[in-house]
Amino acid sequence: MVLTHEAPARAAADRPAPRRRSRLRGPERTAGWLFVSPVVVLLFVFLLVPILMGLWVSFTSWNGQGSPFQPGVPVAGASNYTKLFTVDGLARQDLMTSLRNNIYYVAIVVPLQTVLALFLALVVNQRILRAKSFFRTGFYFPSITSSVAVSMIVLFLFTNGGAINAILGYFGIDGPNWFADSRGVLHLILNAIGVADINNPPPALLDHQLLGLSWWEWFAGPSVGLCAIIGLVIWTTSGTFMLMFLAALQGIPVQLEEASLLDGANRWQHLRRVTLPLLKPTMFLVVTLGLIGTWQVFDQVYVITKGGPSKTTVTPAYLSYRTAFLDFNYGPGAAISFILFAIIIVMMLFQRWVMRDRDRTGPGWLRRTWSRSLGRAGGS
Amino acid sequence: MVVSIDNTQAQAMAAAAMADAPAPLRVRPRRLTGRQRVIRVLSYAVLVFFTLLFLYPFVIQLSNSFKTETDAENNPLRLIPDPISTDSFVRIFDGTQFPIWLVNSALVTVLATLGRVFLDSLAGYALARLQFGGRRFIFGAILAVMSVPGVVLLIPKFLVLNQLGIYDSYAALIIPLLADAAGVFIMKQFFESIPSSLEEAARMDGAGPFRTYWSVILPLAKPALITLTILSFQGTWNEFPHTLVAVQSPDLYTLPRGLAQLVSGSLGAGTQYPLKLGAALLTLIPVTVIFIIFQRRFVRGATEGAVKE
Repeated sequence: MVLTHEAPARAAADRPAPRRRSRLRGPERTAGWLFVSPVVVLLFVFLLVPILMGLWVSFTSWNGQGSPFQPGVPVAGASNYTKLFTVDGLARQDLMTSLRNNIYYVAIVVPLQTVLALFLALVVNQRILRAKSFFRTGFYFPSITSSVAVSMIVLFLFTNGGAINAILGYFGIDGPNWFADSRGVLHLILNAIGVADINNPPPALLDHQLLGLSWWEWFAGPSVGLCAIIGLVIWTTSGTFMLMFLAALQGIPVQLEEASLLDGANRWQHLRRVTLPLLKPTMFLVVTLGLIGTWQVFDQVYVITKGGPSKTTVTPAYLSYRTAFLDFNYGPGAAISFILFAIIIVMMLFQRWVMRDRDRTGPGWLRRTWSRSLGRAGGS
Repeated sequence: MVVSIDNTQAQAMAAAAMADAPAPLRVRPRRLTGRQRVIRVLSYAVLVFFTLLFLYPFVIQLSNSFKTETDAENNPLRLIPDPISTDSFVRIFDGTQFPIWLVNSALVTVLATLGRVFLDSLAGYALARLQFGGRRFIFGAILAVMSVPGVVLLIPKFLVLNQLGIYDSYAALIIPLLADAAGVFIMKQFFESIPSSLEEAARMDGAGPFRTYWSVILPLAKPALITLTILSFQGTWNEFPHTLVAVQSPDLYTLPRGLAQLVSGSLGAGTQYPLKLGAALLTLIPVTVIFIIFQRRFVRGATEGAVKE
């Protein structure tokens, strides 16, 4: 993949070079450096340097007074990190709670937003429909809005006695007090089917723990409050992913559909045997972008719940912010950021691995059809 | 590196989506079979349902921002406010610091957008067209930087602003937003797609690299520049976490920061939902207007936003 998009660039850059070399090399080199220097300096000062500074602070016990780089700052070594995993205490418990919350969040948001986006794209893409661009625009609109502003809307919709509960009331459902309800959904389900009593959890789960959190806590599922945030996020992201699917769908030649229909395939068979396999690359893209994005949820938590109720919406991103800026424990806060960084890097490597695997072993004709159709649609 | 590949791919796909393929539309059979008619009705039903689901919250927001507080609390779903009240908007301007947030947001957005468009296109041009040592390395570094997740940078950014002595100032709000790697990437891709013959003509006439960039290349790059302007505008207008670690004085709050402050309270008695919804509504207006005007460009650049968030 890297090669395919680098190659034309290299060719274009190299071609005129021999003619120019003699006269223009000197000024061109200076100009090149001058042109990129503002961006390079800005990215260096506000991205690379901060990361190095943060890394240093994550090994200290700096409390926010003065500069973390002066001599007197106490060095904590690796203890900011090790405490989070090995020492039984509030810090470890909070990190594990945040990881648990985020794992459930990822496990629900990624599949739902992917399926919803794909479904909407398939429906919008049908040739027999009109006003497609209206629907496309409508679905995409929530994605471009301010996360803080839509969080305020959601806060209003989910208030006790608010719009959502009023709608649930029409169906005879007594809606929960969403952002004050810390009960885990999995607990509620287990309770409802009679497997476990939510007020009197099974001692086998309650008394044994993993990394400072009891098994009962690990298996809580997302809290009712977190579910409302999950709904909000799916609402504001599926539009973007729908566009990606739509783009891929429009790259599939119409002839393919005609051919398979002529061969006697019905719509469902066509979808399963032809369309979905062709959408595989986009599917990987959407899933991995989702995996990377969902580990970064912050704005909604900050605005709506501030981590509550009972820490059930705390995510690693929010925990690191809170530890540093509200508790003034910059060292541990920075350490949590870098743990989160490591998680996201693992997600990216996973994406790379999946993509490379596909490039090497994937059926060749699929890929060729894909790139040909993409080129066709892009060029028309 | 990884994300950049997504970008190219996604951009290509988004561009394809916008091509809208008129040809297949024309081959649509004149008369639909009964089955097709059923499918069409069902599809429209599905689309209308989801459009309502996606857009109705904004309708609720609009109508409730014109309600009185008790009306909003008792009848959140009622479409027409009774009585229609503009009270919340009067109080937004009189009773909160909304005007200051608005001015700050406008200032930050305009300056950051100008900076991004100019600096990103300048760097993109150099990386696409000029020969200089280290070019490949710099491009690789920019790609690597692009994939650093924003939330991881919260504490680090605070540290550097603090160390530079600009924490809690306009400089801290604006300068870190002046350049973004994704923009450089978009511009580089674009410059590589336009033919180099015009530039060479300009060079023959003795124009230097900056002159060539400014008066030959930039006019050609209008479509890409507009896309970049729109993306930057939307990105900086909505930017929230950066303001959290860059400033603390209420006088330096931008709209998203101010809105977040409204939620935390400090408004006095009651829930004040009409006021909050109204303030959020006003915040949404600029991006919405631009979205409606430039829909297609938004869609084309859609995926950069997705990658950055």
